[in-house]
Amino acid sequence: MTIQRDDPRLAEFDVRTDEILVNMGPQHPSTHGVLRVVLRTDGEVVLEATPHIGYLHRCAEKIGENVSPRQWIPYTDRMDYLAGMNMNLGWALCVEKLMQLEVPEKGRHLRVIITELNRIASHLVAAGCYGLDLGSFTPFMYCFRERERIYDLFEQVCGARLTYSYITVGGAMADFPTGWLANCEKFLDDFEPVIDELHAVLTDNAIFIRRAAGIGVLPPDMAISYGCTGPVLRGSGIDWDLRRDGDPWYTRMYDGYEFQVIAQTGGRYPIDRPRHPVPAVAVLGDCWHRFYVRMLEVVESMRLIRQGIEKYSQASGGIGEPIRVAQKLPKGEVYLETEAPKGQMGFMVVSDGTAIPWRVRARSSSFCNLSVLSELCRGCLIADVPAVLGSIDIVLGEIDR
Amino acid sequence: MQFPEILEMLRQRFGPTVVGDGSGAIDPWVEVTPQSLVAVCTFLRDEPSLRFDMLRCVTGVDYVQVDPKRKIEGQPRIEVIYHLLSLVHKHTLVLRVTLPRWKDDVEGQLPEAPTVTGVWRTADWHEREVYDLMGVRFVGHPDLTRILCPDDWEGHPLRKDYQMPLEYHGIRGR
Repeated sequence: MTIQRDDPRLAEFDVRTDEILVNMGPQHPSTHGVLRVVLRTDGEVVLEATPHIGYLHRCAEKIGENVSPRQWIPYTDRMDYLAGMNMNLGWALCVEKLMQLEVPEKGRHLRVIITELNRIASHLVAAGCYGLDLGSFTPFMYCFRERERIYDLFEQVCGARLTYSYITVGGAMADFPTGWLANCEKFLDDFEPVIDELHAVLTDNAIFIRRAAGIGVLPPDMAISYGCTGPVLRGSGIDWDLRRDGDPWYTRMYDGYEFQVIAQTGGRYPIDRPRHPVPAVAVLGDCWHRFYVRMLEVVESMRLIRQGIEKYSQASGGIGEPIRVAQKLPKGEVYLETEAPKGQMGFMVVSDGTAIPWRVRARSSSFCNLSVLSELCRGCLIADVPAVLGSIDIVLGEIDR
Repeated sequence: MQFPEILEMLRQRFGPTVVGDGSGAIDPWVEVTPQSLVAVCTFLRDEPSLRFDMLRCVTGVDYVQVDPKRKIEGQPRIEVIYHLLSLVHKHTLVLRVTLPRWKDDVEGQLPEAPTVTGVWRTADWHEREVYDLMGVRFVGHPDLTRILCPDDWEGHPLRKDYQMPLEYHGIRGR
């Protein structure tokens, strides 16, 4: 039976396009944790995406006002639980700056090695889960297989796989065990070819490109105004990395190291992959670029670790002595940001001269990066929301603190 | 640009509204009056030699004596601290305003500061967090609602005299 256009029954079957509120989360695999996003949609098109956060709020800052800095180290692990080492480092450096306490040469290299390893692990989760968000399961397994080996390495140094509390104020809890550096080098050698595999299944994959390229374009000025940092900022073509441009108290950790900041400037990335140019459909600042920045950063991190292993082996002396748990802090306040895998992680400590800080503050990168979601999702399709969200790479533990 | 030059520039431009500075501190800071905050921030962002284009963090600190062993310096107050960064010139600045703990000293009336959401968009969420946890009302904020605590939560947990509720929707506290 055919229906004519003027058939009165047609209205019944016509698609109505009222605005509908769609609730995504808090229990939804693509929200990467307990995040709720309320979408105002017109058919398939998203008019507004409002993130609602706080489901994982554990009053970390209030706890910090009641314990000493070393006792607060485990709480920093639980912020960005995919990069616990980097969180430990941020807080340790902040308190060390307040105390003007310098870590010896060897401890500095130890910190570089361990935090860059954790950066790789965090980026692997980002890449793997991003593939999963876009409907590709295999890269997830590849990434988690490699991440598992990094976690084995961490387990060897501190016994924990996720919440390390390894780097601490004044140094680290223990030196690397015997033979650990060889294991680490072995991992790097094995891991290097896997990066090409990941490029093949994700970066250069035609389906992946169609899902990620040109979606959620973040203009550079908007990125800065929203306080976006890390790969999100660099994905918009801004050449900015705290490891090079940050506070001298932090950048001196990387003194003598050679590495490049991954951002597309002048139309090209610092690392060339000659046979695989940037796809023509990709727009600077889109999901694909944010993803690509992370993939290239993994290569730079490997370079840093290799240099770190060499410098560490040559350095003499100790790795630094952790301060006493009830050590009195000097009066003053310090705010210090470090380049964590997800962006600039800032810690602030206000001290009144006792062992317990008067005020502790954690400025998390995911918090600021997520705030731009509403802008990125305006006008995109519902199916693209997970693509945009995944490309920001958030961790709710860090957002809600 | 170094801190003394920035301070000098602000003093020249804004005169008595720059009420204090911490030149000797590890992170040198400038204190301005709440009334002049938006003008100062706009100047800091737009002045070509300063270009503080990124607001890194907004922090509230509550100063009130609750523990007899921990004396505070000066009057009970709330300080709101803004950490700024210039990606162009690679310099940083700490800006602060001091507010009373309660508006007109009436307990329960939140102190007020002007919003800087018009200067940096990221201030939106940061100010909501300070409002939620510290109890500062940012006048002119487009949507000043709680962000981390539930909407019907009572009190502002990061205040030093905050009392944890005994019960919340049938869940035992304390």
